[in-house]
Amino acid sequence: MAGKPKLHYTNGRGKMESIRWLLAAAGVEFEEEFIETKEDLEKLRNDGSLLFQQVPMVEIDGMKMVQTRAILSYIAAKYNLYGKDLKERAWIDMYVEGTTDLMGMIMYLPFQPADTKEKNLALIIERASSRYFPVYEKALKDHGHDYLVGNKLSWADIHLLEAILMAEECKPDILSAFPLLQAFKGRTSNIPTIKKFLQPGSQRKPPADEKFIANVRKIFNI
Amino acid sequence: MSGKPKLHYFNGRGRMESIRWLLAAAGVEFEECFLETKDDLTKLQKDGSLLFQQVPMVEIDGMKMAQSRAIGNYIAAKYNLYGKDLKERALIDMYVEAIIDLNELLMTHPFQPADKKEQHFATIVDKATNRYFPVYEKVLKDHGQDFLVGNRFSRADVQLLETILMAEECKPDILAKFPLLQSFKARISNIPTIKKFLQPGSQRKPPLQEKDVPKLMKIFH
Repeated sequence: MAGKPKLHYTNGRGKMESIRWLLAAAGVEFEEEFIETKEDLEKLRNDGSLLFQQVPMVEIDGMKMVQTRAILSYIAAKYNLYGKDLKERAWIDMYVEGTTDLMGMIMYLPFQPADTKEKNLALIIERASSRYFPVYEKALKDHGHDYLVGNKLSWADIHLLEAILMAEECKPDILSAFPLLQAFKGRTSNIPTIKKFLQPGSQRKPPADEKFIANVRKIFNI
Repeated sequence: MSGKPKLHYFNGRGRMESIRWLLAAAGVEFEECFLETKDDLTKLQKDGSLLFQQVPMVEIDGMKMAQSRAIGNYIAAKYNLYGKDLKERALIDMYVEAIIDLNELLMTHPFQPADKKEQHFATIVDKATNRYFPVYEKVLKDHGQDFLVGNRFSRADVQLLETILMAEECKPDILAKFPLLQSFKARISNIPTIKKFLQPGSQRKPPLQEKDVPKLMKIFH
C-alpha cells in the first residue's frame, strides 16, 4: 500500500480538480479511484468511508478527509502553501474564496437548464471581468511581486491560475484587459510542477462533455 | 475610534451570524454597521471597502476582511478556537464545512417560492436528521468528551450549537433521536460567553421573518 494520497471522485473536474491542482503544484504524487456508477458511490457510502455521504473524499495521512475546503486547507498548510502567519493566511483565504465562487459558477454551468445557459455564461464573463479579475490584477499591481501574497508561491496563486484557465475556456480573450494577469499566467504556468501538470498525460481532467454530465446526473441523482 | 471589530451587514442573520457567534463565544466585543437600503450597499461598494463588492465585511486588525469563511478562519485562529495542530484543524474544518452546508439550507428557507417550501422543509429535516446530526452524535459517543475536537472548546462546537438552535426553530423536536447532542446543547449553552450571547439584548439576531424578505431583496438584487 502506497503512502500516496488517494482521491475518490468521478473521472472529471468537479470539486476535486482544485485538489488535484494543489497536490500537483506541491509536487505530491497521488492515486485516484474513479466512481463510474451509482453502485460505486453506494459502496463507498455503505462501508462508512464518507463522513457525510459525499465526495470528494481523500485518503491522506491516515484520515479519510471530506469537504473540499477542509482538504485543500490541510494540503496547503502541510506543504507550506498557506502563508507565513495569520494575516497572510487571511489574504490567501479571501483570494481563494473569490476564485472558488468564480469557478463554482463555471462548474455548474453544464447543469443549468438549457434555456438559461446563455444568460449564465454572460454572467460568468461579466463577473470574471468586473468583479474578480480586477481584484487580482490590482493586488499584483499594488505590490509588484510575482505572487499574490507574501512574495511567495501559495495556494492563492495556484487557485487563480486554475480559475484563469477555466475562464479562458469560456472566453479565450477574457484576460485582454488584464496585462498583469497575463504575465502571471505565463509565469505561474512555467513553475516546473505546474508545467508538468499542464502537459498531456497528467492527471488534470478535461472540461465536462455531454456524456460525462449525463453519467454524473445518474450517479448523484441530480 | 475603538479597536473593536466592526461588522458590515444587514440587520439580520444571513452569512454574518456565524461570525457574530464566533466573536461572542471568544468574548470579543464588536460593533455593527447595518445596511438598510440599496444605497448603503452601493456606498460601500463605491468607496472600495468590499473586496468582491459583497458583504459580509468585517473591519478587524487593520484589514477590511471579506468572505465569511476567511473571516471565520481568521477569528478562530486568532482566539485559539482552531485546534492545536494540523490534524485537529482538519477535523474542525470538516465538521464546520458540513455545518455550513446545513446552515445554507436553513438560511435559504424563507426565500423559497411558496410552492417549493414544503419540500424544502422536508429536505432540511431529512438532511439534518439523517446526514448531519448522526455524525456529530457519533463523534461525541466515540470519544465521550464534552467537545467535538481535541477535548477542548473550538469553533466546531460554537457552530454546531448555532445550527442546532436554528434547526430547532424549524422543528422543535429535531434532536429527539440524539441524546448526546441534547446534552451537548445544554452544556455549550452554559459556557459563560455563550450564555450571555443567548440572552435577550445581545447582538444575536432573530430568525428572518417573511415580511422582511422583500426589503432584503431590494438591497441585494
